[in-house]
Amino acid sequence: MDPMTTSRRTFLTLVGGGAVAAGLAACGGTSGPKSSGSSTGGGAAGSGATYWSLTGQPQQAIREAQVKRFNDANPNTKIKQTEFQNDAFKQKIKTAIGAGQGPTLIWGWGGGGLKAYVEAGQVEDLTDWLAQQPDLKNSIFPSAFTAATVNGKIYAVPGETVTPIVLFYDKRAFDKIGAQPPQSWGDIMDLVPKFNDKGIAPFSLGGQSRWTSMMWLEFLFDRIGGSEVFQNIFDGQPDAWSDPSALKALDEMQKLIKANGFIKGFSSITADSNADQALLYTGKAAMMLHGAWTYGGMKGSGKDFVTGGHLGYMNFPPVDGGKGDPSDTVGNPGQYMSISSKASQAEKDTAKKFIANNTLDDATVDAWVKSGNIPVVKSAKDKLSSITDKNDAEWLKFVYDTAANAKNFAQSWDQALSPTAAETLLDNIAKLFQLSISPQQFASSMNAVIGK
Amino acid sequence: MVVPALAMFVVFGIVPLVGVLLLSFAQWDGLGAIHTAGISNWRTVLSDPALPHTVLVTFEIMFLSWAVQTPLSLLLGVFLAGRQRYRALLAVLYFVPLLLSSAAIAITYKALLDPNFGLGPGLHLGFLTQDWLGKGNLAVGVVIFVVSWQFIPFHSLIYQGGVRQIPTTMYEAAAIDGAGRIRQFFSITVPQLKYTIITSSTLMVVGSLTFFDLIFVLTAGGPGDATRVLALDMYKRGFQANLMGPASVIAVLLVVLGLILALVLRRLGGSTTASQQEGA
Repeated sequence: MDPMTTSRRTFLTLVGGGAVAAGLAACGGTSGPKSSGSSTGGGAAGSGATYWSLTGQPQQAIREAQVKRFNDANPNTKIKQTEFQNDAFKQKIKTAIGAGQGPTLIWGWGGGGLKAYVEAGQVEDLTDWLAQQPDLKNSIFPSAFTAATVNGKIYAVPGETVTPIVLFYDKRAFDKIGAQPPQSWGDIMDLVPKFNDKGIAPFSLGGQSRWTSMMWLEFLFDRIGGSEVFQNIFDGQPDAWSDPSALKALDEMQKLIKANGFIKGFSSITADSNADQALLYTGKAAMMLHGAWTYGGMKGSGKDFVTGGHLGYMNFPPVDGGKGDPSDTVGNPGQYMSISSKASQAEKDTAKKFIANNTLDDATVDAWVKSGNIPVVKSAKDKLSSITDKNDAEWLKFVYDTAANAKNFAQSWDQALSPTAAETLLDNIAKLFQLSISPQQFASSMNAVIGK
Repeated sequence: MVVPALAMFVVFGIVPLVGVLLLSFAQWDGLGAIHTAGISNWRTVLSDPALPHTVLVTFEIMFLSWAVQTPLSLLLGVFLAGRQRYRALLAVLYFVPLLLSSAAIAITYKALLDPNFGLGPGLHLGFLTQDWLGKGNLAVGVVIFVVSWQFIPFHSLIYQGGVRQIPTTMYEAAAIDGAGRIRQFFSITVPQLKYTIITSSTLMVVGSLTFFDLIFVLTAGGPGDATRVLALDMYKRGFQANLMGPASVIAVLLVVLGLILALVLRRLGGSTTASQQEGA
């Protein structure tokens, strides 16, 4: 027997696989940083300023338009904008700021990340400057300032959109099993076997991203124990993760996972690829807990899912016997812009002028509302009447009401906590969802990083 | 010629190494000031209950990817060493994976293996419709497969070169003595390739310590911590949790581990009889 015969065939199979993969890799495209200015370097850029922000539509186009308007109006003090993909941005900006190469305008999510910058003396105190801009300050939702405030001082200006986490559902899936959307946690648990019997996954989840799973815990903690459970953790009280309500929430979470509440393979699905949204709009999953920012994506990619009126949405339902206020919500109360303390005075002035004149101006507010988002300003409500699309108008009213009526709008945990505690949290959440640790083990691992 | 090479080595090799060693005794979040921390980082990392698992996964992936790659690369290298024209053509095709970046490969496989939208569900192939990256053991298997797919071409290239160095007179002599192709392979090719095998194995083993990009994009260390290797652990501690001190401890461990492995493999090569190559 010639040993080469078999190996040759195997090798030819490999070749086939290689060609397929090479072709697909070519479709992937690149997503490296894209700079609209000539240099992508650090702070030194004459009297202009540098600004790093995120890619991804529709936000990207709106930010680019802001910079363009500013640069057209101020040809001598232009802003150089550099754009990064979300995950790359998070790493890159931290390293750049640490190395003194950061941009003048630091875009971020506030909370624990901002606190780290403040403690390192990397961002400007904007309290006094904002006090001199009463029009700007008073136009913004007051709840948005919480995550911008460190030790009573404001280090960032809220901007962009308020995005609560929402329970999305596919009305067609509910028609198939002849059921109504859940009104309580008990309803959710009852719906799980009904959907599974019909071959529809009850919930879509991009579990590999981890913060997607975290949103579930944020709501369960709130609905079962009230907003003070996480507040105690945030305030650094010892053993706050072992609160009986917290343990009950973790236990309920694992019950849902054990009951096959989530789509098969959820722990290898990422939110970055939007596969979790695709599961919902292609009818493979019936419900999805996700940020309000996914509406635009589902509308764009989901064919008639949104335009045909199949998408339903609601605030997370209450848990029977729970202490939380059912109006409470979680998510991002806004996005934030800080100014580097290492920039020159001229750069800082340019940055301040940009924030004051171009980040929440009328054109921007208009653009946000048109893209299906509620900007962080009170005047957003007046714009809603100008929306002609029936689905968009309903959606925007829902988001506005959810944000405005929330008794407590909690910031996402991974943004609120320090980067160190957040990473431990996300790791443990992944293990909790893998059922490889118990609620008790979760609590004790997390208690160890309280206040860190 | 020595001075520039030495300067390069010092600037890009020694200086960062010393920096990391110093950082492993410091507390730094990557943003603010650096404070000395004594041996507290070392104590934290070495007493971390998750560390043994991370080390185990690192060695598991190292050993299994070596065990898969070596025989396949050897056979492929021997095959490609032939002078036939179709083999030269195939050689070009086989080297395609080597041209792709790890990140591109990882994204591609991630899409192909997606349990809902991937190759399996797309073609309605039940056996391909597994939760490939969502189950611990499967995910490790996938990582090893993809690593092998990516690096076998490179090692085949090394073996191809090695095989072509073997004098044809040896094969002619063996043929006269009546040795068949299989006998020739085990009695001439493999022993003659001893140093090539050691070189290739060293590259595989030491290289596997730095598998980061592929695993980061493919599984991000998941599910849970099933594919969390030391290099990924270092990145997560340093750049996601802002703990540069403990991350530096892992980096130092990686350097030491790499050196030990390289030395052991060199020893393995030196202790037995020398090459029988002509003139050697």
